[in-house]
Amino acid sequence: MARAVTTRTKAINTAVAWTVALVIFFPILYTLITSLKTEAEAIAGFDLIPSFTFESYVAVQTQNDYFKPFMNSVILALGSTLLALIVAIPAAWAMAFSPTKRTKDILMWMLSTKMMPAVAVLVPIYLIFLRTGLMDTRIGLTVMLMLINLPIVIWMLYTYFREIPGEILEAARMDGASLWNEILYILTPMAVPGIASTMLLNIILAWNESFWTIQLTTTNAAPLTAFIASFSSPQGLFWAKLSAASTLAIAPILIMGWFSQKQLVRGLTFGAVK
Amino acid sequence: MKRFAHALLCASALSMLGTAALAETLTIATVNNGDMIRMQGLTDDFTAKHPDIELNWVTLEENILRERVTTDIATQGGQYDVMTIGTYEVPIWAKQGWLLPLDGLGDDYDVDDIIPAIAGGLSYEGKLYAAPFYGESSFVMYRTDLMEKAGLTMPDAPTWDFIADAARKMTDRENGINGICLRGKAGWGENMAFLTALSNAFGARWFDMDWKPQFDQPAWKNTLQSYVDLMNEAGPTGASSNGFNENLALFQQGKCGMWIDATVAASFVSNPADSTVADKVGYALAPDTGLGKRGNWLWAWSLAVPAGTKKAEAAQTFVSWATSKAYLELVASKEGWANVPPGTRTSLYENPEYAKVPFAKMTLDSINAADPNKPTVDEVPYVGVQFVAIPEFQGLGTTVGQLFSAALAGQMSVDDALAQAQSVATREMTRAGYIK
Amino acid sequence: MATRQTQSLATLMRAPAIILLLIWMVVPLGMTLYFSFLNYNLLNPANTSWAGWFNYRYFYTDPAFFESIWNTLVLVLGVLLITVVGGIAIALLIDQPMFGQGMVRILVISPFFVMPPVAALVWKNMIMSPSYGVFADIAHFLGVAPVDWFAQYPLFSIIVIVAWQWLPFATLILLTSLQSLDGEQKEAAEMDGAGVVSRFIYLTLPHMARAITVVILIQTIFLLGVYAEILVTTNGGPGYSSTNLVFLIYRAARLNFDIGGGAAGGIIAVVLANIVAIFLMRAVGKNLD
Repeated sequence: MARAVTTRTKAINTAVAWTVALVIFFPILYTLITSLKTEAEAIAGFDLIPSFTFESYVAVQTQNDYFKPFMNSVILALGSTLLALIVAIPAAWAMAFSPTKRTKDILMWMLSTKMMPAVAVLVPIYLIFLRTGLMDTRIGLTVMLMLINLPIVIWMLYTYFREIPGEILEAARMDGASLWNEILYILTPMAVPGIASTMLLNIILAWNESFWTIQLTTTNAAPLTAFIASFSSPQGLFWAKLSAASTLAIAPILIMGWFSQKQLVRGLTFGAVK
Repeated sequence: MKRFAHALLCASALSMLGTAALAETLTIATVNNGDMIRMQGLTDDFTAKHPDIELNWVTLEENILRERVTTDIATQGGQYDVMTIGTYEVPIWAKQGWLLPLDGLGDDYDVDDIIPAIAGGLSYEGKLYAAPFYGESSFVMYRTDLMEKAGLTMPDAPTWDFIADAARKMTDRENGINGICLRGKAGWGENMAFLTALSNAFGARWFDMDWKPQFDQPAWKNTLQSYVDLMNEAGPTGASSNGFNENLALFQQGKCGMWIDATVAASFVSNPADSTVADKVGYALAPDTGLGKRGNWLWAWSLAVPAGTKKAEAAQTFVSWATSKAYLELVASKEGWANVPPGTRTSLYENPEYAKVPFAKMTLDSINAADPNKPTVDEVPYVGVQFVAIPEFQGLGTTVGQLFSAALAGQMSVDDALAQAQSVATREMTRAGYIK
Repeated sequence: MATRQTQSLATLMRAPAIILLLIWMVVPLGMTLYFSFLNYNLLNPANTSWAGWFNYRYFYTDPAFFESIWNTLVLVLGVLLITVVGGIAIALLIDQPMFGQGMVRILVISPFFVMPPVAALVWKNMIMSPSYGVFADIAHFLGVAPVDWFAQYPLFSIIVIVAWQWLPFATLILLTSLQSLDGEQKEAAEMDGAGVVSRFIYLTLPHMARAITVVILIQTIFLLGVYAEILVTTNGGPGYSSTNLVFLIYRAARLNFDIGGGAAGGIIAVVLANIVAIFLMRAVGKNLD
């Protein structure tokens, strides 16, 4: 970096950025705080200091075991993302580097498969799941989530791949690099950041998908979205308990995001060198 | 040593196979209300008595549960062996033949002990299709201290005029006190549950005997106009998005003088752990207008066995256990009489221990004041007090609820809301073939 | 230049995705199309009969139909405006050197981790409630009357909630694009004496054009389908002021279990969404090249 950054600029940046970040984060922070309150405190108006009780967490765990839905969420999110990447990387690759006249139309068509509102197709899908024995199975739901998010994955990968300059490819071909070498040594390192950020976003989308994951499961494959649905809006006070359940559901993915964010930034700076 | 370990493994594998072959697993879909959560904690008692039956719980929020089980039963999905459903579903589903009649509940179950009003709502053509787990009506909860301050005495059976008058006198907006908190959030089970029940007291009805919508009649106009006027003068801000829980929070914070809602709320507002006004709550029947009907509803969360299950016998065994007299005693012995699921059995209200619970008698009187088969003053072609037990009601009730909540929010006049309600209801009923 | 060999390889690489999505589109769409011509209520299956175009007619003559289309457009455009402008601003901001950059980034993208129904519940009750929400407390502190968000500005309140959920998505994609901006170019522009504003307009913005396009297209698809937030907060009310197209379909398909009507609504939604998509492609599609 040739540009000299004064400590003053940095301090101002820091102050502004932290303010914005905390405002955006506030509803989540408040959820976390509420999870440490009693139910009576939770509705008693604005208060940032809870009584640090863990009774809501205890209540949540006694009512519903956290571990099984957690494992299902992990399996569904990772499994569907992995499947989607396997199908999407070659497709996006081909579209980015060997585009035809119809590439953009195909891309648009892929996105349009997501336009049917889920509530309108539930019954057909429900019947298919019943007849094929996929109801309440992890495999059925994994494939389902993969199909739902596939267009998004292809789109994101396509745009990231398009950022890779064509000249580099041409140069490599002139040097007589085989297609395989071209992919392995030249393109892959440049594509990693894009793949990583696509993966992260897709895991989040799959983790939070709360229509199909509830409608197509009962007990065996039910992930954390169903776990949350068992704490939302019962008759009676539920804020502290819902907050505790939400915190439990958000925490793993937040931690994962935290780690991958570091990886992501490193990958990005590497990719940007060109 | 190694051989011993091997043998042990084999033995345990065998025994696992053995139990797996013997045990039947019931999948039970239930709503996430407190009484059901408590039942899940007490299943040891059931499994001890019936070691051959295992229980698998699916606990969901009310609206999701309803979508989930309805889709499943209508597609013969067979995902559940026991379903928790309400008085709205039972007549519709029983008519379709989707539920098994409950005739295997056992000799000591004492079906006749079920409160008649509740049993009536859960029967179809004289047969019981669901067993009530808890029943509720609605009544007035009021602050005794504020009532005294306003110089009034709440009668046991108030009129709507008294309620309106008291609400206006109790209102003290400077100190954040609203005379009355009522539901306003759009929805067939939200504001329409309250307003439909209230309209009965005004002699209104959804449909006449030819299924013609009645929103153009003066009775509905009176109902909606007095509700909107009262809420504007004595209700909280944001009333048009308040449902049960929002009003509960307001009442517990001491921000409501009165609240008309489910009888189940009494156990929350009188609980000192959550409520700041626990020792200052009185109860009264829902209001009337002198026409012979009160504005209170009737609901029972009930357990039913879908016709598609392969484990009908075990399922009935469970339903029988969960809704028996013995279960009530079990809860009482573990958690006290105040936490017993209310509103299902006459014998509970004859129990001197339970009579000590402050809202027990008023709950029973409220339930008895509602008749799902004759909900309002005039004759109607439908079953249901705060709903109309036809498949089209959820959507229609929600649309009408949207219009009425707009009237409450001041975005539409009462007359416009009623005129539009009349036209959407006519449209929907014509389409569904009720209006020839 | 792509040789014939690489072309056929490319076709092979594209094939699995296309075939999968084709099946995924044709099967449900075909079944939905079929259902849309039936009088078919899940709660009364015995009365199933051929309906012709009746379900379509019934759906678009719904008194809320045109208002719901308008609301859908306002919702999509409102959220897009907030997230794209906000996303660019935040991406530029957190791209600057600062203390605790990693932490700031994770805080900014965290709303994306919250499940939509939970986000709506938290906002409705803990933030926006006029009686005990944070906004009301702030209003009391400032000595003004609290705003009754969901009665006075129902659609705007929902836009705020949805925008909060999607802001991180826009920020993340735009940030990624920003970081691939060539450092040398930036420096060269700076040497030439280009000011902050002209650097942004002539260098940064064109560079981000493709990313912005992707954000708009992908978000539009998701935003056209928003309904969980509406269900939890206003149930489409008061009146029809927060009813969007998907909420109408939800009412038919999931409240009334009217499969025929819901299917017809679904088909209408697909057609309208495609019109929006074609319009969008015309407007911003060239940025994808």
